Parts: sequence; structure tokens; C-alpha cells
Amino acid sequence: MSTLNDYGSFETAWCPGCGNFSILKAVKQALVQCNLAPHNVLFVSGIGQAAKAPHYLHANVFNGLHGRSLPVATGAKLANPHLTVIAESGDGCNYGEGGNHFLAAIRRNIDITLLVHDNRVYGLTKGQASPTSPEGFVSKAQPNGNPSLPFNPVAVATVMQAGFVARGFAGEMAHLTDLICQAIAHKGFSLVDILQPCVSFNRLNTFSWYQEHCRKLENSYDPTDQRGALDVAMMDENRLPIGVIYKNKRPSFKEKSEGSSSEQAFGLQALNQELFEEVLAHYY
Amino acid sequence: MVKRNSSKTICIGGEAGQGLVTIGKLLCKALVRSGYHIVVTQSYQSRIRGGHNDFFIRTSADPVAAPSKTIDLLIALDQASISEYGRLMNKDGLVVLDTILDPETHHALKVPFKDLAGDGFLNIAALTIAGALLGLNEPLIQQLISDTFHKKDKAILEENLLVSEKALKWIREAAPAFEGLPPVSPKGPRRLMLNGNEAIALGAIAAGVRSGFFYPMTPATSIMLTFIQHARTMGMMFEQAEDEIAAVNMAIGASFCGAPSLVATSGGGFALMSEGISLAAMTETPLVIAVAQRPGPATGLPTRTEQGDLLFVLHSGHGEFPRAIFTPGNIEECFSLTQKAFEVSEKSQGPAFILTDQFLADSYRAVLPFDRIDTTPFQSVPHTPDTKTPYQRYTLTPNGVSPRLYPGMSHHLVIADSDEHTEDGHITEDLSIRKKMVEKRLRKTALLLSERIPPSFTGDSHPHVLFICWGSAKGAVEEAAERLRTPSLRTATLHFSQVWPLAPDDFLPVIQSAGVVVSIEGNATGQFAGVLQRETGLRLEKQITRYDGLPLTPSYILSAFEKIDEGH
Repeated sequence: MSTLNDYGSFETAWCPGCGNFSILKAVKQALVQCNLAPHNVLFVSGIGQAAKAPHYLHANVFNGLHGRSLPVATGAKLANPHLTVIAESGDGCNYGEGGNHFLAAIRRNIDITLLVHDNRVYGLTKGQASPTSPEGFVSKAQPNGNPSLPFNPVAVATVMQAGFVARGFAGEMAHLTDLICQAIAHKGFSLVDILQPCVSFNRLNTFSWYQEHCRKLENSYDPTDQRGALDVAMMDENRLPIGVIYKNKRPSFKEKSEGSSSEQAFGLQALNQELFEEVLAHYY
Repeated sequence: MVKRNSSKTICIGGEAGQGLVTIGKLLCKALVRSGYHIVVTQSYQSRIRGGHNDFFIRTSADPVAAPSKTIDLLIALDQASISEYGRLMNKDGLVVLDTILDPETHHALKVPFKDLAGDGFLNIAALTIAGALLGLNEPLIQQLISDTFHKKDKAILEENLLVSEKALKWIREAAPAFEGLPPVSPKGPRRLMLNGNEAIALGAIAAGVRSGFFYPMTPATSIMLTFIQHARTMGMMFEQAEDEIAAVNMAIGASFCGAPSLVATSGGGFALMSEGISLAAMTETPLVIAVAQRPGPATGLPTRTEQGDLLFVLHSGHGEFPRAIFTPGNIEECFSLTQKAFEVSEKSQGPAFILTDQFLADSYRAVLPFDRIDTTPFQSVPHTPDTKTPYQRYTLTPNGVSPRLYPGMSHHLVIADSDEHTEDGHITEDLSIRKKMVEKRLRKTALLLSERIPPSFTGDSHPHVLFICWGSAKGAVEEAAERLRTPSLRTATLHFSQVWPLAPDDFLPVIQSAGVVVSIEGNATGQFAGVLQRETGLRLEKQITRYDGLPLTPSYILSAFEKIDEGH
């Protein structure tokens, strides 16, 4: 049995009161709840304050480039399907810089979990609009207000039939822990978009604002009905549903592409001469 | 004086979609199985149907390594081929064409293809007729047809054989005047027919590659298509990524987890990968990228050739870090240097490149089956039981290489970071550690240098004329040097099959012992000459360059050299 202690505790580079603290705690609790040992888990992150999260727990970590956590995670999962691979980064990283990878990962349905710390603002570069910032959001970079409409990740993922689509809130720890655990258990691509305040740069979507606007989905809600799920995913700001919005049992990448994923990889292997001769025979 | 060469050049010209590549490849296979040497150049337009494409085969009983563009036998599948290639015909050359086409003023053989082959079997009729004209063994052609179609419907094979018989009967009766190839003994080991892209994929397989990632881009695509063709047999995984950025990052993720990875692209795709090269260097993850060059800038000439991206590959990726760049000169080197690239990439835990171009990528040649000894891969040792806890991915070591573990393979945790990091892999802004880590990474240059392939010198010692070249120019330059040689003119070639890192002691004495030194490159600005100057202070003022999208040929080099020589 793994315990919270296995995942350690570290000093962080985050602002006091940041939503990241409770997300980190929920992630650790979810790993324990899923009974995963740190050496069987690989976190892949991009760049941003959220992307530092994997440095603050015990696990395998690949902290790569801005926007690129999903492709690295994809390659890692293909190389070693026994690893639990979790991509973790912010809204700018995943929906802005890495937008194409987000779409492709959903389509590919490889068995990885994407945790997005969604605070609707660029924190590390000090307050510019992010892909999920509301229209009209004012910053030094958008002095006349953000001219773009916000990206709705859960609606897009639902339309694209992602295997598992959830929205959580950093202020609902137990609920969030359960969502992350379900996402890890899902065989296929899973998304947990995690709403969180940014105490330094988002004066609009504060902790209390989210508390007022987030509503847990009822137990009676059926996340397997795509049309209904889309209605829920597209609900406006006054009623932000949190919970498992949509899920299906679409075959994962591995199931669809037998032979294109390795059972175990150990670096450069001695060549099987007989098989290689078979390959060369094509060219005589 | 230019010596006559005993080789023959066959050109198959036509529209895209007419099957000229099928005819070309089958004819190549027939030549190789018969015991002849071949060098293929393919020229095609960036379209699926129509336009104008050609497939040149230079063949000889003696070894040939360079293309030639004067034609002995032209198989013209359309009228445009006759107008386009007629001017390249040798004096005794023959044009083979359908009866409905106009041979203009050329010595021609009009073939009733419609009667012989009906619809859909023109390839086989053309192959049979070309084989007969060249004097190839008839049963060998029949066997080749059987081998090619045996997996298909039996009726289709029968029909193909029937067309071939009809064509053979016809050509015997027509008996046109054409001097075939000199006979050659087909004994000796069986040879493989491979192009540069196929040889790169096979070299990667021989090295022990486990994964491959790409986004399609001409002329690199067939590297990965070859890889995928053999993936099931060899137990390799692959994925066509959403873009080149994803491809390189997937490769890094797979390699990080212990699956050595191959990535293939061309200049424009490589541009998108450059942040990933920097990432591989910083996280110290092995990564092998094959870059098949085509002329730029931007989309450039998508299906033509150039050696224009040397400096780009050399400087790709932000920040300072070591790398190795291999530049194969022929098909054998495409194979062996890809193996080598994997080996040094694993040993140095960083990026290695194979730099080819459209000419070499598409150039079929006959090669001896690769030696078993050459296919023993470097074994990375990922885990020793005495690894200390906590494991430190970036332990500072004298040679800069840290012991490597793969995540999930032991109870140890593997932590890699694109930020500057401590020995245990965590993000840091401690500037004294920063300095140590920069020095650690750069120490790996010494390892790369100790693994380097020195340039190869061929020809006369203390030459009056020395040609310097790299990559796919090798065959053309070496033949040009040979043809230039006279009893009173010593000539030689210095070919670099690795352009980085360089050890000037390997080649400076040779260059300094030569009279006239000429650098020859398939680009407009003499990029490698510039690198040599930067690294050695040596200034190569005499340069032959080619940047019209076509490969260097011996005749091109010799006529350019005449101009240099006159000016001298």
C-alpha cells in the first residue's frame, strides 16, 4: 500500500494562497487512493507555475518544454505501457502553445491522464490573457480588454469524444481527488480541467467567485450521453458544473494499434539476426 | 581531358502516375540481379498526377557511384519526354516510344504498346523490352516478374508473364540496332538494391532502434515508411505525429523511457523540431534525427536536391551543447553511419544527426549485404544494483556522461528537467550549479571527438588538384577527380562523412600538401568551406557550387573546374 508519505513534501516556488497547493495535495491523495507507488508513475509537464508541480512530489518526472507535455507523455507511454503517465501543466501550456497536441491526444486516445491547472491567466509571465481568459479581460498586454472568446476545453473534448472529460475545482479537494483517481483509472485519454484562482493576476475569478459559481453535478447525471454532456459542458459562467462531464469506452490507442507499442523497452538491444535477414530479404 | 566512361544511362520519362518509377525499380532490380552496378537519380514534380518526371539509371559492369545525364536509352512514356530529353541523347542512343508518339529526329524504336500490353500492363512490356535491348538474361526477367507478383492473384501473375512473353517475341522480331551492356558474371554474393532512405531505416534497425516518429515530408517520408514496413517483424513502435514538434517530443519521451528513437524530416519540418533538439541536449536524452535536405528557403523546391541545410543543422537548437552530424556519401554509409549515430547518441546521451538529401534519398544502388560484425549494437547499461538512493540523473562525472536509468524499471526515480537543474534533476537557479552543468554537458564533446569518423582521402598523394566535399557529393566528386587525372596531373578527393565535430589534425596536413584545393558543394554559399575556415583559419577560395535543384555530376564538376582553371 502506498501512503501520502511516499510522495513526500517539498518547498515550492508558488505564491502564498495559490490554488496549486490544493491541486498538488489532491494529486498526491489520488495517487495513494489509486494505490500507485511513486516509481510506477511518470509525470510529464511543460512550462509555467503549474508545470513545476511534479517537482514537488516523489515520482518519475520529465519537465519538458512549454506546450509539449502531451507528445512527450505519448512517446513515454508507447515506450513503457506499464507506467502510469500523467501530463500536468497549465491552461496556457495545454490549450495555447500545445493546442494541436491537445486535439491530437484526444483523437489518438492513448492511455494518459491530462491534468490542467486552469487559472485563466498567464501567471509566470505576469498576468497576460490565457486561452481561457474571459472576453474583455484587461491586462497590460490586453489594455483594451481581451478581444478573443475563451476556449472551452471540456466542451471541445466532449465534442471530440474524449474518453474521459472532467472539470474540478481546487477548492473542492475530496471531489477533485476522486476525479483525478477516476481519470487515472480510465483506459484511454482522460482530461481533468481544474479551475483554480490566481491570487496574483486574476482579480476576477477569485476563490470566492469560483465557490459561488461552481456546482457539483447531481448523482443522477448521466455522463455517457454525449448530447446531454455537451449541454452541460457549454453551460455559462453562472453555473459552472464540476464532476465527470462525459465518458465513453472508446478503444484506446494500444487496443487499436497492436504491434506499434512495446511491452518493455531497455535501450539498444542486440539485433536478432534471423529477423534482420528476413527484413533484408525484401531488397534482393 | 575527360575520359570516356563505359557506363550506359537509361532514362524513363513520363507523367506522374504513368508508372515510370515501377518500370525503373524493376529494371534496376534486373540489373542488380544480373551483376551490374547502378546509380539512380529521380526527378519528380510536387504533384500526384501529370507534370513531368524522370528516372535515370546509370549502369555499368564496373563500379559507378555518380549520376550521369547523357542518355543511351530513353523510354519515353509521353511526347514531352522526347522534347525534354532528346537533347541529352548520346550519338548512338535509342528512343523507345509508343507508335502514337513522334520520335522527332531521334533514332527510335516504335513499340505497339497497346497491342502488346493492352491496358494496365505497359510497365511489364517496357521492362521486358528494355531488358532485351540491354542484353539481360530473359529467364531472369521472368523470375523477377514472378517474385514481384507472386503474392497477388495468380491470374494477375499469369497475365504479366504473358505480356512479357509477347513483348519479348516482338522485340526479337524487331531486332533494332542497339549495343547492349557488356556481359558481366553474376557470380559473387547476392546484392541488395537500396536507396538512401531505405538504408537509413535498415541502419537504425541494425542499431537496435525501438521507436520512430515523423510527420510526412518529402524527401524524408520513405525513411519512416520503410521503418513501419518492418516494425511488426522487428517489434518496433511508431506513430505519425500531428506535427514535427510533436514528433520530436514523442521521440524524446520514448527515448527517455528506454526506447531509442528515430525521427526523419526535411528542412522545413526540422525547423519546427529545433526546440526539441535543445530539449534533448538539456535533458541529456539520446535522439537521432535524419534530415533529408531539399532546396529552401521555405517550401523551396520540394522534390529536388540541395546541400543547403548544413549550417542550419549545425546551429539548430537554442543554447550551447555538443552534437554529432554524419553526412553519408553513399548507400553503405547511410546504413553504417545511422548505426553509428545511434551509438554515439546513446553514449553521449544527446542529439545526433544524419544529413542526406533528395538525390541520395531516392538513389537506388547495388550494395553487398551488410556484414554481421557491423550489426552489433552499442549496449547501454541502464541499471546496476548498487545505484545509490536517491538516484541522481545528472551526476557530475569526468567525461560528462551520467549513469542512466529508465523510469519504471527499478524503484529509483528518474527526474529530468528542461530547466537548468541540480544533479538530482530538479529545477534550480543556483548559478554555481549552472556553471558546473554547462561544463558537464560540454565535456561530452571530447567523447564525440573520440568517436569521430575522419574524412576519407582517395586518389594520388601530394595531389596537384584536391577536391573537398561532404555528404552525397562523394561519388560525383571522386569520379570527376579520376577523370581529371593524367600521367602528369595528380588528383585526389577528400570526403567528409562526418562534418561535426571536426579534428583539424585529421585533414589539415593533407590539404596543405595539395596544390590547387577546390571545395565542391551542392549549395550556393559554400557552407562547409565556411565551417572549415572558422575551425582552422583555412580559406578555400576556389569553390564549385550547385543550387539549381539537381545533383552534382562529374560532368558538371569538370566543366566548372575548367573555368576555375582558366581563371587560375
